[in-house]
Amino acid sequence: MLGRDHALQLLEEALARSPADQAEVVMMVGDSAVTRFANSMIHQNLAESAARASVRSVFGKRVGSAATNRLEPEQLRAITERSAELARLQTENRDFVSLPRPQPVAAVRAMSVATDASTPEARAAVVAEIVAMAKQEKCQVSGVLSVESNELAVGNSLGIRAYHPSTLALLNVIASDDTASGYGHWMGHDISQLDHKAVAWTAIEKCILGRRPAEIAPGGYEVILEPAAVADLLQFLAWLGFGANAVEEGRSFMCDRFGSRITGEQISIWDNGLDPAGIPLPFDFEGVPKQRVDLIEGGVANAVVYDSYYANKQGKQSTGHALPAPNTYGPMPLNMFLGAGAASRDDMIRSTRRGLLVTRFHYTNVVQPKETVITGMTRDGTFLIEGGKLGHAVRNLRFTQSILGALDGVQLIGKDAALTDRSVAPALKLARFEFTS
Amino acid sequence: MRRTRGPVVTPAALPQAINRLPRRAIRAIFWRAQRRRSPTADVSAPDTGDSTFPPGGIVNDLAKFAVDRAIAAGASYADCRIARRRRESVHVKNSVVDALESSEHLAAGVRVMANGAWGFAATDRLERADLERAAELAVRIAKASATVPGEQAVSLEERRPVKDSWASQFEVNPFEVPLEDKINLLLDADRVLRQQEGIKVSTGTVAFSDEEKDFVSSEGDEIHQHKVESGGMISATAADGTRVQERSYPSSLDGFHAAGGWEIIEGMDLKGGAEVIGPQAVNLLSAPPCPRERTSIIIDSSQMALQIHESCGHPTELDRVFGTEASYAGTSFLTPDKLGSLRYGSSLVNITADATVPGALGTFGWDDEGVPAQRTFLVKEGVFSGYLSSRETAPRVGMSSSGTMRADGANRLPLIRMTNINLEPGDWDLDELIKDTKRGLFLHTTKSWSIDDKRLNFQFATEIAWEIKDGALGAIVRDATYQGITPEFWGSCNAIGNQDSWQMWGLTNCAKGEPVQLMHVGHGSAPARFAGVRVGVLEK
Repeated sequence: MLGRDHALQLLEEALARSPADQAEVVMMVGDSAVTRFANSMIHQNLAESAARASVRSVFGKRVGSAATNRLEPEQLRAITERSAELARLQTENRDFVSLPRPQPVAAVRAMSVATDASTPEARAAVVAEIVAMAKQEKCQVSGVLSVESNELAVGNSLGIRAYHPSTLALLNVIASDDTASGYGHWMGHDISQLDHKAVAWTAIEKCILGRRPAEIAPGGYEVILEPAAVADLLQFLAWLGFGANAVEEGRSFMCDRFGSRITGEQISIWDNGLDPAGIPLPFDFEGVPKQRVDLIEGGVANAVVYDSYYANKQGKQSTGHALPAPNTYGPMPLNMFLGAGAASRDDMIRSTRRGLLVTRFHYTNVVQPKETVITGMTRDGTFLIEGGKLGHAVRNLRFTQSILGALDGVQLIGKDAALTDRSVAPALKLARFEFTS
Repeated sequence: MRRTRGPVVTPAALPQAINRLPRRAIRAIFWRAQRRRSPTADVSAPDTGDSTFPPGGIVNDLAKFAVDRAIAAGASYADCRIARRRRESVHVKNSVVDALESSEHLAAGVRVMANGAWGFAATDRLERADLERAAELAVRIAKASATVPGEQAVSLEERRPVKDSWASQFEVNPFEVPLEDKINLLLDADRVLRQQEGIKVSTGTVAFSDEEKDFVSSEGDEIHQHKVESGGMISATAADGTRVQERSYPSSLDGFHAAGGWEIIEGMDLKGGAEVIGPQAVNLLSAPPCPRERTSIIIDSSQMALQIHESCGHPTELDRVFGTEASYAGTSFLTPDKLGSLRYGSSLVNITADATVPGALGTFGWDDEGVPAQRTFLVKEGVFSGYLSSRETAPRVGMSSSGTMRADGANRLPLIRMTNINLEPGDWDLDELIKDTKRGLFLHTTKSWSIDDKRLNFQFATEIAWEIKDGALGAIVRDATYQGITPEFWGSCNAIGNQDSWQMWGLTNCAKGEPVQLMHVGHGSAPARFAGVRVGVLEK
């Protein structure tokens, strides 16, 4: 780790050397360690020290970028010069206006000493306990226990200086045997908050309950989607249409629908980089502070996210959702929330006449972007519910379903939102979800 | 600029329109694919003039030092890779260059076995002290791994060490081509795309990569490899307020890539492709949807590449078979008990893994464990016959490593990855094959894909399809999808195109592992026909 002062000093030096009209420097430095296990043994175990520095240079309306993974002065000098050279050789981008100006950035706590101090031995001991639990129940376990310590520093020649240190810890467990598998997951910045036995037990219990799954016919079913499955849907919505670029290009589901209801009235989805319930990030990769953006409010299409390029293009303000430059994906929400409700898991099960409980999805992919139709498979815990009672496990099914269409049929929203894969979402009970094979 | 309505591609012109450009342009690059040369024959690559890694130089010494430190710290096996990777990409969208980047990446990774378990540590600081730290950390990690062991200690099959080098070939160093030429080539193609009324988004990309790596092991290996890759694509998105349709050329996803230089880009004729795909994207808006039925389908060679990738490449990764990827992408239905006996496809189907095809993306001299590049049958006359394997996994099925351990950079652990996974050509001329098909669909260019975690249940969509009626291509249909279960699907293969219609494609976005690694792989295939396939999944 560089530390705030050293990181900002490197930014200053790189910016000072820039011959361009405007320049931006982004540095990402970090240590990470991944203890991966499969078949109840640690089969891949690694640690990495990595850095990335990139410089974006602007001459008028010509923009070029260069990057390196080394932070020595001569390397930073080289990429500053290289990006300036590329920018000079560039053609004009008539839509480029300016790099953003500085705005105050809130500090957000996302560092944990415990995560930073995690050791290979301690991680192996955690995995050993999980393996022992699984062995007792005659399951195998696979998964990953990983930790990261990161620093993000962004500066530009207009005065932006932003620095954010963070840690992240993650545990995924899949318990499996010949006929079943179950999934457990935890993510957070402080590894001392991780209850690995609880995560392991969630996976193991689903594996036990999932044994000898029954055949089931495809078709439309009531579903309860657990938070991991809901998080997957949210990420696809972000990818498909919550960015200002997707609206401009005419391919977003939000196009021409602002102010209109596009999904269930109970559904509210927003992005908030400052909320500690998620993985907080106080500014984007241009150093612009992240604002809360209410994307869908009460089922109504309300707003999309912006970076400085699309904000300038459309006469709006950046909402702080830029990705690292050069970015061809447009602005993207990275801290999604779906508003929790009041229903318990039991409430949802009791409300289901004949439906499916889905733990998570696998290999989801887009079929029709504007209609938000995606396809994928269920995995790691799929159960039939009949007459308000959780019943037998069923085989995994493929689904092909419009996300907004599914959310339009929302009947109950869970009271406990969980952080899964960077999104915070509760479980949802939906009237109908189409399983196609 | 006044926009003129572009030429509407008539059905009669389609076989030439869809096939002429890729074949003429790209086949020239791959004529050498007909002659298989051994890795050691390609030693004399043109000097790029700025090699960071002269043989026997500083990098080699550092790698040896790291390996020595790891053995001293208690490893029973150690290897070190140090790699420098240089990349450049230009991206054009709606007639502006919206991304232009040049990047460098230098890193070292030390892989060790200690106490019968694996450890790995990577660093991007290359002072001796950093390499020493990485070596010691790798050993410490391996010893921690050993506290949660498998039923047996990890062991590697015996092999002879290698001291040699390999380089890919290119005619024109893409890093020496003026930026202006790259930008102008893309803007020219973009201009043609935008001449078509109804095109809302036009994009174009060219991307280049140059990687040099050194591999040193405690068994005495010293291997130096150097590979230059080039690739690109264009795409057009048409929108009319209700519908959105996209067409890509020469292929979709990240485009077409090969081991070669600027000549790859010129050979693609992006401007010529733009003349075809712009009108097609617009025509798709008003095309009828793919009918929902069971029918014969002919799949074009670029979509065959993805079909092979998902339904054969991945399930034959032996580490996946043994459950090592269960926490991410899943396992495989091709269990060892099925080796040599499972009917994977019809007797026409021969699928090989071949890391020796000159100019292909998945080609190298030695894998990241020092095992020589080779050609292996995965499916032979329809029977499941082989795996993509490693020194650790192959002995468990009574075989020798098929040389497929590849890492996405020196800072990543090698995993079993695809090399070039190819459907061997058959006998059919494409025009004759269409004539022979009474009724069906001709599906072209990947749009989306999804497959289950055992690689059985899949669903694909293509950008465009043509109806086949009485042996001729008819109207286009939109939103074409097809679905199947892997062995049933391949079992229904009743015709495969010949060498003339065979094409080697290169994909750059194959993802595997935690942390995720992207691998560059090749897939060669001709168009092929399958009977009784479920299409039109979206329609009720």
